[in-house]
Amino acid sequence: MTLLRIPGGLVLPPPPAAAAGPLLPCPLPACLYLPLVQADGRPLQRLAAPGQTVRRGTPLALGQDAAATALPAPASGRIVDLLPLDLPGGGQAPALLLQPEGRDEAAAFAPLPDWQAQSPAALRRRLAEAGLTGLGGAGFPAALKLNHQVRTLILNGAECEPYIGCDEALLRARAAEVVAGAALLARIVDAAEVVIALEDRMHEAAAAVAAALAQWPGLRLQPVPTVYPQGGERQLIQVVCGREVPSGRWPPAMGVLVHNVATAQAAWRAVVHGEALTTRIVSVGGRGVAVPGNYEVRLGTLVEDLIAAAGGYTAQAARLVLGGPLMGQALPHDRIALDARANSVLVLGEDDIRPHAPQQPCIRCGDCARACPVQLQPQELLRLLDGGDLDGAAALGLRDCIECGCCAYVCPSQIPLVDSYRRGKSELARRGAERARADLARARYEARQRRLQREQAEKVARVAARREAVQQEQATAASAAAVVAPGADSIAPGAPAVSSAAVAADNTNPANTASAVPAPSTAMDKSAVLAAIARGRAKRAAAAAAPESTAPPHAAAADGAPAPATGNPATASAAPDDAEARPPAPAQKPAEPSP
Amino acid sequence: MKTFATAGAPHLRAAASVRRVMADVLLALLPGIAVHVWAFGPGLLLQLGLAAGFALAFEAALLRLRGGPVRAGLEDLSALVTAVLFALCIPPLCPWWVSALGLLAALGLAKHAYGGLGANLFNPAMVGYAVVLVAFPRELSQWTGAGLTPPDLATAAAAVFAGQLPPHWDTLASATPLDALRQAAAAQRTLAEIRSQPVFGHAGAAGWELIALAYALGGLYLLWRRVIGWQVPAGVILSVLLLTGAAWLFDAERNPPPLQHLLSGGLMLAAWFVAADPVTGCTSPRGRLLFGAGVAVLTLALRRWGLHADGVAFAVLLMNAAAPLIDEFTRPRIYGHGRHD
Repeated sequence: MTLLRIPGGLVLPPPPAAAAGPLLPCPLPACLYLPLVQADGRPLQRLAAPGQTVRRGTPLALGQDAAATALPAPASGRIVDLLPLDLPGGGQAPALLLQPEGRDEAAAFAPLPDWQAQSPAALRRRLAEAGLTGLGGAGFPAALKLNHQVRTLILNGAECEPYIGCDEALLRARAAEVVAGAALLARIVDAAEVVIALEDRMHEAAAAVAAALAQWPGLRLQPVPTVYPQGGERQLIQVVCGREVPSGRWPPAMGVLVHNVATAQAAWRAVVHGEALTTRIVSVGGRGVAVPGNYEVRLGTLVEDLIAAAGGYTAQAARLVLGGPLMGQALPHDRIALDARANSVLVLGEDDIRPHAPQQPCIRCGDCARACPVQLQPQELLRLLDGGDLDGAAALGLRDCIECGCCAYVCPSQIPLVDSYRRGKSELARRGAERARADLARARYEARQRRLQREQAEKVARVAARREAVQQEQATAASAAAVVAPGADSIAPGAPAVSSAAVAADNTNPANTASAVPAPSTAMDKSAVLAAIARGRAKRAAAAAAPESTAPPHAAAADGAPAPATGNPATASAAPDDAEARPPAPAQKPAEPSP
Repeated sequence: MKTFATAGAPHLRAAASVRRVMADVLLALLPGIAVHVWAFGPGLLLQLGLAAGFALAFEAALLRLRGGPVRAGLEDLSALVTAVLFALCIPPLCPWWVSALGLLAALGLAKHAYGGLGANLFNPAMVGYAVVLVAFPRELSQWTGAGLTPPDLATAAAAVFAGQLPPHWDTLASATPLDALRQAAAAQRTLAEIRSQPVFGHAGAAGWELIALAYALGGLYLLWRRVIGWQVPAGVILSVLLLTGAAWLFDAERNPPPLQHLLSGGLMLAAWFVAADPVTGCTSPRGRLLFGAGVAVLTLALRRWGLHADGVAFAVLLMNAAAPLIDEFTRPRIYGHGRHD
């Protein structure tokens, strides 16, 4: 069956012969480094402590995903330290330092040879225990990805990038386990259709898979065109299923699941042999390394140790890349640990990376648009991003960019297009997060406003009730009280001044004033803030000095602090009209300068 | 621990450069230049030299004026491509100052005023040509008849540098086939009556038809090298064949046959080199097809109703102005957008 090609893409020269060579061993290094961080950057929950002896497969940490995928010890030995280690993408994380002791004893995981009788949930649990993460490069916890029922399961055997040969090497050596693993994964997700996709140039691997398929009717081998980035999840689905994954969604939502062939093989080992994920195949390539090839590497091995196993650097070594030549991460040094995502380590030579020409302005040649597998218009995105029009770039699909690097590869002006898109995307993400934060803050502010209003209304009701009670008392009291009333205005300013002085001296006691009258809440807030500033001075000064520097009596009075103040019920009868009209006003005030 | 310098991905790049693109364009123009010299004499070589000199001088001066890197700007060969395209448009016996003014307009007005390489809205060579065509119609019509003995280098030099047209210029000068066609049409003569004139050659334009074929050859080379896409030339050529074919079938007495249209004037140069200029054209595949079709339609309209015998330059400039709008409406559908299932 012939398939349509993905739009765009690159037809690159075939990988160097070494990439297609046999599997090579990488000796167990003296130390393994296990950063306690999962693929999405969140920390792992540590289970083991320095000094502890572990077996191969003992969980050292748990992931924060729903399946709680374990980080198994890659070898038996002793945890000797917990130290910060540089991560490939920059930054550091605490890492466990494991010293293998040589016997390489495995922790007891019951093999489940009767996997066909096990429930999908039990199988998923086993995969999480075994620490199975996707081996395709993204490092997504496999058990989580298997949490959906899908119609089609695709095993991705198309290498993600040129120079990488780890999948092909695995297929040639262990096709039977890959195919059996495919059947196992298909059972977990209840897939009706299982497709093992290989590049059409992988003849030997295809023969091995075809032979293994004889035992598993219902599974299908599908050669796909050798075009970069055919190994991308969305591109593979496009070609194999003839459908596109809608923008912003993920494949299981449309009933398709893609797993790397190595993940299937590791799943098989975990279930049927009871083995945790402790090794992976890493392609080592480039002119800068003496013996390129596909190495079977214990997870946690340093790049340094892998390169040493591959014969060391050559004189040409100029750039160290974790991953492939088009999407890989350039490493600043080689003391970086290899985890389950590390499909390749490249040591490129000076000749490989030397620019062919200086960077020039874009001439809109459209080569990038022709190469883009997502059918973006990279030259327009560049123009918009250079002009600072992030929204315009987003409208033209900046978020759909898969950062495959095809555009930058073909650009005759040598423009670092992908860098520009990465910056734009992270800026978009930052803005999105900021907007979410602002929305949250607004929601919080509005909720607080409502609460304050409600509380204020309750207060007013309480005060009114109390005042009514007082009034009733007063009505029965002597009419002599009315004689004092004309003096109320002159007495009034003193009252809040006393209350705020009390607050300044001891602001732990708002209750007694607040419960008495509504107004002091204003004076209290102000003086609380200012008193904090002037606390040192206030300590030395007399309590009487504080009100002058904080709330001037006049201002307090103008604020509507009414005369019927604390402990002077005698004046109350003079001011009721005034007091009833005012309370809502001060209630609004404290909320405005809310942080 | 060994340390390395880091850089963003990708870590490999195709061996492509602007210089290589421009060099390919220059190479592809060689067959056209050779046939041109054969048909109209070595005057073209003088014009090419003059144009190249002026273009590089102006480019250097303008780059320095704008504070850009002069050396890198000259080495990308883009100014040279402009110069050659311009020289191929003007008559070989044009005075030297036509070239100077044309390239000043091309590089100063069309290219650097807009921000230099890649930022120009209009094709520099066509702006330069349009300026001198409008400003100096007499000098721009000094074509000799193809097939006659072309003026030799000394005669051409006298005309170019001293403004001395060769003796017996009246007998040498000849209207271009398109001019002849216009005059005939204006005189209400049928095609059959005028086709016997030597100026029309085999397919409708003596000399020009071979030059056009040589341009097409160069264009095929660019296509093979993937310097240009097939869309623009296909858009131009198919539209011309379709429109003129229909008109010709409708009334062969008044409408010239499709091949005559296609192979006369600057249509082939435009189809393969000028309209296919990426900077000033469309970038999406459908946009490029439309762009080519637009150039063809406008050229035919200008030939039929315009003031000048050949309107290719104006057609290209008009389409340059329309290109951003066409791009806006012809973007390909992005993966995962629109066609959801």
